[in-house]
Amino acid sequence: MSCPRCAAVVHVRAPRSLERTSAYLLAAAILYVPANVLPVMHSSSLLVNQDDTILSGVVYLLRSGSWPLGVLVFFASIMVPLLKILALVLLVWMSACRSRAHMLARARLYRVVEFIGRWSMLDIFAVTLLVALVRMGRLASVLPGPGALAFAAVVVLTLLAAASFDARLIWDPAHGDV
Amino acid sequence: MSDPAPAPALPTAAVGRRRLPSLIWLIPVVAAAVGLWLIAHTWLEQGPIITMRFSSADGIEVGKTKIRYKSVDIGDVKVIEISEDRKAVVVSAQVTKSAWDLLSSDSKFFVVRPRISGGTVSGLSTLLSGAYIAIEPGTRKELSVNFIGLENPPEVTSDMQGREFTLHGEQLGSLAYGTPVFYRRVNVGHVTKFSLDSDGRGVEVGVFVNAPYDRFVSSNTHFWHASGVDVSLDANGLKVSTESLVAIIEGGIAFQELADLPPPQGPAPSGASFTLYDDRAQALQLPDLHREQYALYFPESLRGLSVGAPVDFRGIVVGEVKSLGVEYEKADSPIRFPVMIDVYPDRLRSRSLNGSSPGAYSQAKSRAIIDRLVAHGLRGQLRTGNLLTGQLYIALDFFPDASKAAIDWSGTPPVLATLPGGLTEIQDAVGRIARKLDRVPIEQLSGELSQALVSLDATLRSSQKLIGQLDSQVAPQATRTLGEAEQALRAANAVLAEDAPLQKDVQNALKQVAQSGRALAVLADYLERHPESLIHGKPEDPR
Repeated sequence: MSCPRCAAVVHVRAPRSLERTSAYLLAAAILYVPANVLPVMHSSSLLVNQDDTILSGVVYLLRSGSWPLGVLVFFASIMVPLLKILALVLLVWMSACRSRAHMLARARLYRVVEFIGRWSMLDIFAVTLLVALVRMGRLASVLPGPGALAFAAVVVLTLLAAASFDARLIWDPAHGDV
Repeated sequence: MSDPAPAPALPTAAVGRRRLPSLIWLIPVVAAAVGLWLIAHTWLEQGPIITMRFSSADGIEVGKTKIRYKSVDIGDVKVIEISEDRKAVVVSAQVTKSAWDLLSSDSKFFVVRPRISGGTVSGLSTLLSGAYIAIEPGTRKELSVNFIGLENPPEVTSDMQGREFTLHGEQLGSLAYGTPVFYRRVNVGHVTKFSLDSDGRGVEVGVFVNAPYDRFVSSNTHFWHASGVDVSLDANGLKVSTESLVAIIEGGIAFQELADLPPPQGPAPSGASFTLYDDRAQALQLPDLHREQYALYFPESLRGLSVGAPVDFRGIVVGEVKSLGVEYEKADSPIRFPVMIDVYPDRLRSRSLNGSSPGAYSQAKSRAIIDRLVAHGLRGQLRTGNLLTGQLYIALDFFPDASKAAIDWSGTPPVLATLPGGLTEIQDAVGRIARKLDRVPIEQLSGELSQALVSLDATLRSSQKLIGQLDSQVAPQATRTLGEAEQALRAANAVLAEDAPLQKDVQNALKQVAQSGRALAVLADYLERHPESLIHGKPEDPR
């Protein structure tokens, strides 16, 4: 379809929305594994030289008593990306099946996913800040680990997946056309 | 807004299904590739899991303790378990892939902890960071993953250039791992190990001498304990010498080549064995290649004579006391006290020949020399070396007056004749005098003496009586006699006085005699010239 005025190609629905979303989701799901297994941060100081994964950071926070922070990081960095991927998978799958169930709930879920997605970058943000700030030569230094890259990719891919999902697809089965 | 013109005919969308899936699917493929690569990379970097047995896991923590080679991390400790026999801990560690070839089956693992000894401080960084496990790679080709960890760091690492030598000494002194080795007071190496000899009669000390100093160690080199301070008092005064402050605190080993010996055949091979002497003086004296043992039986007490006391030949130490003992042959035979001495004939000979090259040592020759010396009166004698402490030494000296003696070479060891020592001789003389005094009949003598005194007393009394008699009877008479004598003398004096008449008469008489003499002389003269006048008489004067 093209616009009679400007001849731009127009679409009734975002083209290939489900296909793109599921591709992004697949990529995010794949990278979710290294993001959690590989260390995101390598900190070295006079005393210790250590690699931290996200989960080890959470465990450390919980053990050292600052459990609110630990819970926050756990949710923001581990649960949120996971739930986001699952939610989007659910949305894509139900839309693909043209399911008419819980359409309102699904629309709200989509809005929540879109809103909450950006907060997952908290960890990456923290790591990049630390890397920039903690540069004291031999005394202490922090370097990003390979997990950070994977984790950032997961977050970006889920954001892209959420953005490429056309929310109208949720409602389409109600009208029975298009 | 005008009504939109009725669309002539809605162009039907060209619905064409692309055969190929959308390019968007490249993203998960790339993601999968990246993810796989990341995981594969990490997984491939991980090398084998190795296990090490240590006696204790002191300072080792799971996840924190690293395995390092030349301070490069090559692994982490993953698990610490207690061994099945509960005598050790088994530390499992993940080693990086690149370190795989370090895991020779003879590689050594040891825990690096801070160590401070007199000379060196090592592992200081572990004070803050905690201990780590270091690896000293082996040389074998075959690899292994199960190791037995060392309790002490090896003192010689494979990248150190130099040679290792073994020293045998009587005692360890204050040596420890890492104790420095000095050559002309330069620190050139260190002690790498020490252990007792297999028979427990000495110690074996391993030293490592760094290149390039190791070439100064040759077969002529002598090692000695440089521990502590060497204070010597000689004719030049007090002399204090030490290797270094470190050596004072923790001891050390020094070595030097003997200058007097013929030059060695190149440096000593690695692993060569040397004697570790107790001090420098001992180490640098000429080696005593030969040793002869003699037994000496002294008549006096051996108190003050100790093992190691010198055997002195007119001031030159030619041997030392090896042992003291008590022996008797039969129950009723007198108990004898044999003193075994070692004599080093090399010292005797090299001095007696005075410069001329000493011939090869032979026992027969040496015995002939000793026989000759004994025939000239060579005897052993105990002498006091130090009057304060009463330490004795054995002096060999010539006593030409001594009764004849010869060495019986068949005895093992041969017995060298002895004489009582100087002090003992004096003691004997005093004893002899005392015995003679003892034999004097003092009681009888004293009785006689008292009798003599009584008679002397009587004699004295009678003489006193006699003197009294003399005083009362003889003295007045004597006074009278003396007065008469004085009178007689006075009369004589009057007669002999110059103006006495007798004197005058005598003078006149003498003058006349002189005149008569002169007339006679004239007559005699005349008669000599005119002897005829005796017959013819004096002629008439012609005048």
